[in-house]
Amino acid sequence: MESKKTLVLGVIGSDVHAVGNKILEVSFQEAGFNVVNLGVLVSQKEFVEAALETNADAIMVSSLYGHGEIDVRGLREALIEAGIGDILMYIGGYLVVGSQEWSEVENKFKQLGFDRVYPPSTLPEDVIPTLRADLGI
Amino acid sequence: MSEIILVDIGSTFTKVTAVDLSTAQLISQANAPTTPEDVSIGLQNAFDQLGLPHEVIMGARKLACSSAAGGLRMVAIGLVEDLTAKAAKQAALGAGARVLKTYSFQLTEADLAEIEQLQPDIILLAGGTDGGNTANILHNAQALASLSQGVPIVIAGNRSVGPEVSKCFPERFSTYLAPNVMPQIGKLEVEPAREVIRKVFMEKIIFAKGLNKAERLIEGIFMPTPAAVLRAGRLLSEGTDLTKGWGDLLIVDVGGATTDVHSLGSGSPSKAGVVPRGLPEPYAKRTVEGDLGMRVSVLPLVEAINPAVLARDLNWEQEKVEKRAKELSVRPELLPQNPEEVAFDHALGYRAVHLAVGRHVGRLSELYTPSGLVWMQDGKDLSPVNKVIGTGGVMVNSQHAHSMLKGAEQQPETPLELRPERPRYFLDGKYILAPMGLLAEDYPEVALKILKDSLNDHELARRD
Repeated sequence: MESKKTLVLGVIGSDVHAVGNKILEVSFQEAGFNVVNLGVLVSQKEFVEAALETNADAIMVSSLYGHGEIDVRGLREALIEAGIGDILMYIGGYLVVGSQEWSEVENKFKQLGFDRVYPPSTLPEDVIPTLRADLGI
Repeated sequence: MSEIILVDIGSTFTKVTAVDLSTAQLISQANAPTTPEDVSIGLQNAFDQLGLPHEVIMGARKLACSSAAGGLRMVAIGLVEDLTAKAAKQAALGAGARVLKTYSFQLTEADLAEIEQLQPDIILLAGGTDGGNTANILHNAQALASLSQGVPIVIAGNRSVGPEVSKCFPERFSTYLAPNVMPQIGKLEVEPAREVIRKVFMEKIIFAKGLNKAERLIEGIFMPTPAAVLRAGRLLSEGTDLTKGWGDLLIVDVGGATTDVHSLGSGSPSKAGVVPRGLPEPYAKRTVEGDLGMRVSVLPLVEAINPAVLARDLNWEQEKVEKRAKELSVRPELLPQNPEEVAFDHALGYRAVHLAVGRHVGRLSELYTPSGLVWMQDGKDLSPVNKVIGTGGVMVNSQHAHSMLKGAEQQPETPLELRPERPRYFLDGKYILAPMGLLAEDYPEVALKILKDSLNDHELARRD
């Protein structure tokens, strides 16, 4: 277990979409990761604290209700405060309301501190190779 | 030999209970003032009061618990306040300790100076899930190693570095490795650490406190008294392999210095559509309110209640409330002598129960989401608990224990606190919780029968 890379996974904010979260948990586990799944309705504080206690290698944030931008604002800063500011961080889901240009959305979330930003309907297998590369495995 | 004697060496009284194992009945009970310089003297005095033949007392097995000499005083240390630090605190409380302070993140020079002053009997050192963070617990071990006095250290953090943490300490410390109190996020495992703490208490602490002088009269002091109470609660709740227990229950112990609350039950949400949040809580949970006590802590208690509220409860002037509180804090040995003083103790007791249970139980909060209102639950839902047991001097000696203990239940002004809704109330009228907790180890059937019999004899009238 110790040699596996640890991912902290959760759906941020007042968001109760639980199904995709379970699919991600199983997919990442099958890909050989140690997954700490915080489930739904996860606050920034819970992401930071779980990453700290588990010495996580990456944080995987989901948001499916369009309010993601408000929920994640300040998360990178909170991680910096907690002393783990350089941790890898991904986000995916229905990140904004309405049809906005994807490149703008991606850019916005990168500025908010995410290393990778994924649009709706991204499959786990599209993400896992990139994640492995980013983690150097 | 079918007699066994259970001993509770308290800070003021030494209480002894003789039980006939063959009939599962109490034979007699007695007490005598505790003699701190040599506890065996007070213990012998208590034995003499039992009214049993000398050879019966000499021949009987004798098991003891103790809260004398300040009880078991501990400091708990973790990494994140709401995660491993909270788990460490729960483990220490469940082991029957008084938790002097809980620390999180890296210990500072000021923290170390404070620990030096607090002089804990045991330090519980946690931090990091298994395979998780190692830097913090190693830092804290190196920091603690600089304490001038050696303290027993129970290490219950990230197992990847357990031995390494242990090696940080020089010889004047004794270290004990226990399984992690939080092996994974969201998984609490406090029982194994509690058991290690109990062993250290038995092997080390009773010598350090001079309580081992009692051992010429008894087999041994096996646990701190609060741990015995929690064990009795657990037996009563779960039952044995052969006999069914009472199910979920709550025990409220109002003392002079603290109010303890023990709950036995999973505390999972009892209503549909409630999302539990935060760290799961232990099935056997103990909380200690150091600011809610009837005598030594009467001033903080009155402050927590608000003197104006107490004055309204009693229909007194606020100055009179404050005057009586001061009097009791200066002379904690005072017992109520007239109806007014009885009323004062009753109002204090009711409010202490109310506040302590309110802090122990979980609470609901509402959250508006795009998909509607969601209820979130932090802590244990104890609303389905239907048995509440009261213990402690103020309650046992009161003519109105029932209305005092009703401070525990759900009230219109506290709709979001997950208190018992319509419980039955019982009084520990013979102080049998701690002795039966001791007996539970080897004779669970006997202990369970005596607990049920005695509490049923002391059921308080249902809802007057």
